[in-house]
Amino acid sequence: MSEILTLIEHDRGEAGETSYQALGFARALLAAGVGSSITAVVIGTEADALVADLGAYGATQVVLLHHTELTDYAPEAWGDALAGLVASRASAAVVATGTDRGNEVLAHVAAASDLPFAANVTEIRQADGPAVELTRVRWGGSLLEQSRLDAAVLVMSGATHAFDGDPSADHVGASAAVDGVEATLPDTAARTRIVDRVTLSSGITLTTAAVVVSGGRGVGSADGFAPLVELAELLGGAVGCSRVVTNNGWRPHSDQVGQTGKRIAPELYIACGISGAIQHWVGMMASKHVLAINTDGEANMVGTAEYAVIGDLHKILPAVSAEIRRRRG
Amino acid sequence: MGALRILVCVKRVPAPGARITLTADHTAIDVKNLGFTTSPHEECAVEEAIRLVEQHGGEATVLTLGAAEADEQLRYAVSVGIAKAVHVTHPSLSGEGDWDPQATARALAEAIGTIEAADGAFDLILFGNESADAGGFQVGVRVARTLGRPIVNGIKAITIESGPAGQPAVSAQRESTSGFEVYNLDLPAVLGVKEGLNLPRYPTLPGRLKSKKAEVAVHTVEPTPGGLLTENFDNAAEVVVQTTMLGTGEESAPAIVDLIERLGLL
Repeated sequence: MSEILTLIEHDRGEAGETSYQALGFARALLAAGVGSSITAVVIGTEADALVADLGAYGATQVVLLHHTELTDYAPEAWGDALAGLVASRASAAVVATGTDRGNEVLAHVAAASDLPFAANVTEIRQADGPAVELTRVRWGGSLLEQSRLDAAVLVMSGATHAFDGDPSADHVGASAAVDGVEATLPDTAARTRIVDRVTLSSGITLTTAAVVVSGGRGVGSADGFAPLVELAELLGGAVGCSRVVTNNGWRPHSDQVGQTGKRIAPELYIACGISGAIQHWVGMMASKHVLAINTDGEANMVGTAEYAVIGDLHKILPAVSAEIRRRRG
Repeated sequence: MGALRILVCVKRVPAPGARITLTADHTAIDVKNLGFTTSPHEECAVEEAIRLVEQHGGEATVLTLGAAEADEQLRYAVSVGIAKAVHVTHPSLSGEGDWDPQATARALAEAIGTIEAADGAFDLILFGNESADAGGFQVGVRVARTLGRPIVNGIKAITIESGPAGQPAVSAQRESTSGFEVYNLDLPAVLGVKEGLNLPRYPTLPGRLKSKKAEVAVHTVEPTPGGLLTENFDNAAEVVVQTTMLGTGEESAPAIVDLIERLGLL
């Protein structure tokens, strides 16, 4: 029996939107012929409450890794703890969701275990003995790479939103056996850990907002963002922007959506004066609905958006805000 | 903290925004019409190294693993203010093909070991969080582990300071969904940084002239291939969308608000 060790990412006990996609990836691996069972791995005492549901996602076993140093996220310690499991159990693969943390932890596992690591896999095309033929994303999602990963234990992250994050239809009501394991960590494991947190915004953020009003080169200046900010506030949403905007210093980099900025998936993404270069598109392609507002009907963003309006955002956005106020009375 | 020795590792990549086309057999990207640049996260790493040396004194070195063409990215770093440049290379690194991440990390660790044996250890080594093109998310971590140094990725602010026992240390901030996380690492340390750390400067004319004449140390390494073999590439499927036009100009405002209302977002 060979396990697929599946890291369940969490922040101080709270699972995120993409956490359970790791189990969707693990189920895809099983279906492709890699491994024979799924073992979910949860690191840290604060996460004990997470384990109850994992059976419904296809895990037959849960390993809870405990250690006095494993109280909050610590990339080296998480990597060492998981590498310790790889060394002591018969695993076919170690997987996580390809978030910043997921990829970071797996890089540590791979480096500590001297194994190769394939980040952001979208498909397992074929299992071939211990090796797999896989597809992974490059350029933040705009280019697909077909690779062969050949190793005793396959270390892979599943690209975010490439795999199912919902409970498995085949495992309704299923439960998993939970096993508490004391992790063995080297003395150095505690040296990289979170020592403080600073909260800048406690309310709606770019990554959680249902509506994002985003601006590109067409906004023209820092002041030009005023109507975007106004509309975002009216809708309880957030303001985003493209890379050219942050390079010009019109908005802070924390507002940037795209390959080198944030990946977001709002209900509605309103792209104002954004041409839609592929590097921007990969950051917002998971949006449920997209409305493009652009003076250029030939812009990429207009062609790939579900809805479009042709015209000057500086005239259209104030009219939209006025219309919203009018309807709300 | 006295004078700092900083190393920045950079990668030559096609310019972001460029349309990537593939060779007919799909085994490589077609570089004929492509402009190249330093991977964006690493451009910020170069700028940060210059700023830290301006603040604390010391010396910054830039290093790349790549084909002969990557000399351009080393000289660019010198033109904006980096003091020294090291080109790690091998004849098999022709064109724009990469070594796999394990081979890359082993070559970098070996080259860094050689430099440090001759000139002393680097206090701080900066990597980009991931390369813009291959996006392997691992080379910095592998090198840090080989060197036995701590590393944190995703860093968007760096402050050199003294630790609780007066030892040289670095405080590094990583963006989170609601703000940022703070990590304190004793030096020597390694950080994987992200764009947004700073706004990189442009080269000055004297900087450009200096970079043309700069001496680039060349360090040849042998490849030691790892277990991830790239076979070929495909462009991601073009998204075909039937766009619904809601109108033109400000007259379209009611139609836009109708849409917002229909989606339950009003």
